[in-house]
Amino acid sequence: MEADEATSTSEVPEEFRPRIVAYCCNYCAYAAADLAGSMRLSYPPDVKVIRLPCSGKVEISYLLKALEEGADGVMVAGCMEGDCHFMEGNFRAKRKVRHAKRLLEEIGFDSQRLEMFNLSSAMAGRFAEIILEMTERIKKLGPTPLRKGVKD
Amino acid sequence: MIVGDRKPMDEILEMLEPYENILILGCGTCVTVCLSGGEREAAILAGQLRIWGKKEGKNLNIMEHTIQRQCEKEWVDEMRGHVEKADVVLSLACGVGVQLVAEMYEEKAIYPGLNTTFMGYPVVHGTWLENCRGCGNCVLAHTGGVCPITRCAKSLLNGPCGGSQDGKCEISKDTECAWQVIYERLKKKDQLDWMNSYQPPRDWSTAGDGGPRKSVKIEEVID
Amino acid sequence: MKAGSNLEKILEAGKFAVTSEIGPPKSANANVIRKKCGMLKGFVDAANITDNQTAIVRLSSIAAANILLQEGIEPVAQMTVRDRNRIAIQSDLLGAAALGVKNVLCLSGDHQVFGNHPQSKNVFDIDSMQLIRMLKDMRDEKKFECGDEMDVEPRLFLGAAANPFADPFEFRVDRLAKKIDAGVDFIQTQGIYDVPRFEKWLNEANDRGLTEKVYILGGVIPLKSAGAAKYIKNKVAGMMVPDEVIDRMKNASDAKQEGIKIAIETIEQLKNMKGVHGVHVMAIEWEEKVPEIVKESGLLPRPTA
Ligand code: SF4
Ligand code: SF4
Repeated sequence: MEADEATSTSEVPEEFRPRIVAYCCNYCAYAAADLAGSMRLSYPPDVKVIRLPCSGKVEISYLLKALEEGADGVMVAGCMEGDCHFMEGNFRAKRKVRHAKRLLEEIGFDSQRLEMFNLSSAMAGRFAEIILEMTERIKKLGPTPLRKGVKD
Repeated sequence: MIVGDRKPMDEILEMLEPYENILILGCGTCVTVCLSGGEREAAILAGQLRIWGKKEGKNLNIMEHTIQRQCEKEWVDEMRGHVEKADVVLSLACGVGVQLVAEMYEEKAIYPGLNTTFMGYPVVHGTWLENCRGCGNCVLAHTGGVCPITRCAKSLLNGPCGGSQDGKCEISKDTECAWQVIYERLKKKDQLDWMNSYQPPRDWSTAGDGGPRKSVKIEEVID
Repeated sequence: MKAGSNLEKILEAGKFAVTSEIGPPKSANANVIRKKCGMLKGFVDAANITDNQTAIVRLSSIAAANILLQEGIEPVAQMTVRDRNRIAIQSDLLGAAALGVKNVLCLSGDHQVFGNHPQSKNVFDIDSMQLIRMLKDMRDEKKFECGDEMDVEPRLFLGAAANPFADPFEFRVDRLAKKIDAGVDFIQTQGIYDVPRFEKWLNEANDRGLTEKVYILGGVIPLKSAGAAKYIKNKVAGMMVPDEVIDRMKNASDAKQEGIKIAIETIEQLKNMKGVHGVHVMAIEWEEKVPEIVKESGLLPRPTA
């Protein structure tokens, strides 16, 4: 079901394919992405997955950096709340994302381009769905205003 | 430690408005520990400014650099190369650091990126409490280690005012009454004598009301 | 006689004193004060003039005190340490004494965050305890705070506040003892609703012999409504209103009359307590009720000192 939906959207005409950077926790999202791959679940392809040892390891400056360098959307994916391998890394990530959103709003940049998600390593379908959700959101927002002059 | 808060973005943008080569200068001591002006915060602010610059179509060159201490000449001098490349330095140090940098790079525009707020320690992660105003004549020996100058909203010396209730200060239910805390501490130690006897007016000339203060360690002065 | 004020004479003569309070206007309108004087004249021995109460700017307490003198009511000028340093306080009180003011009430003052200028810088150069001692030394030693001497000293009868309802409760009698040690002549207490708590404080003061060293005037504030009672209980730092009082106000058919009745009952109780030398009736913006309260409490006519 989830996979079907994902398949159909990836066939949308290609005038704008959002480039998304996904900072993924090694223990959940990254594993789920792997699983999604081996299950051949399809999701929009323009996602750059970056593996972190824990979502809590993400730095606000990484999130800003990805946007600054031209990502249309940035996401952080960590374990389900309460299931962090390092106790509360995903809560730290949540606070950091929340703060990064405030920092973006402060300079008049739409903070919807940044989001935090939670899932477990078994949720391959959910992973595909999250990517799709984020892609849809960014499509509505359009390309990042920061890409002018950035080399692809 | 010295605690500060980053200035509002509007104010920062206004200060930086005329410049293109901008150095965000972090400080590795107090403001690093209080999470307002260290390497990490310098990177964040630099990231914000870069995004803002691109969005506004400006051609900004945002540089970041953090030194161990902006309040000591040796460290400030060492970063000359970084400062020279910039038109403006936005210092994320406390006001002390900003002043020393401004003094050593007189020809440069040196601006404060923080509002320096107070001296204090974290009570819980993420929350700092003001504890000392550097009054120059410490009374902590008599007050159970709680500063009435700083933590009593009226800097009283002779015990709690009539607004102290349920351990809270009259100014807000979120603020402890320092004198309630002092009373309890002294009672525990059986040291209420000082609090029970009349304390004369203080000499505030040591507290900065006598003009800017200087501390001379005569044994260290090289003549 | 320390200052020879009417209030001092009445207390010295062992008579039960009555003071009240006038809040100056938030304008330069002297007539507001004159009108209030008209209401109180003959019913009180002296009237306090508040000093920018709750940190809201009002006509100066010393200027208002001067108007009281013109109107034939003895003023008790309130002086807080919130807005003036020791230079200004000494100067202002020399001026007050020169104008004929003979009573001063020494206060810390409500913090300025409560007022209409919360951005202002506060002073708190000295505290209320130190203010008492400073004025005592000016009066009795003819010395300024710095030790310099003067030739004509301000002869002031020195008052201070005491709040038996503030915390830490155990320190409240100690604080009274400190004020006596600092040189206070009379005390006006915070408004009393919780009579048992007041008595507890008073008994300890009696036991320690403190009520023989200072005159105590019990504070009474008539309530206007159950809402006001609840507000005082919950929102005013350092005040207590027992639930019985709130209930009485709630159930009364005429709340205002009930408030007056409670005030009169409290005064009746205070009159019979050892160690209480008078009452201080605070009816700010309700001054017209003071005569009724004083009369119904059997405190008329006021003695001529
Ligand atoms: S008494 Fe003075 S030096 Fe001591 S903690 Fe307080 S402000 Fe600091
Ligand atoms: S309530 Fe306590 S802390 Fe607040 S001003 Fe009064 S004595 Fe100081």
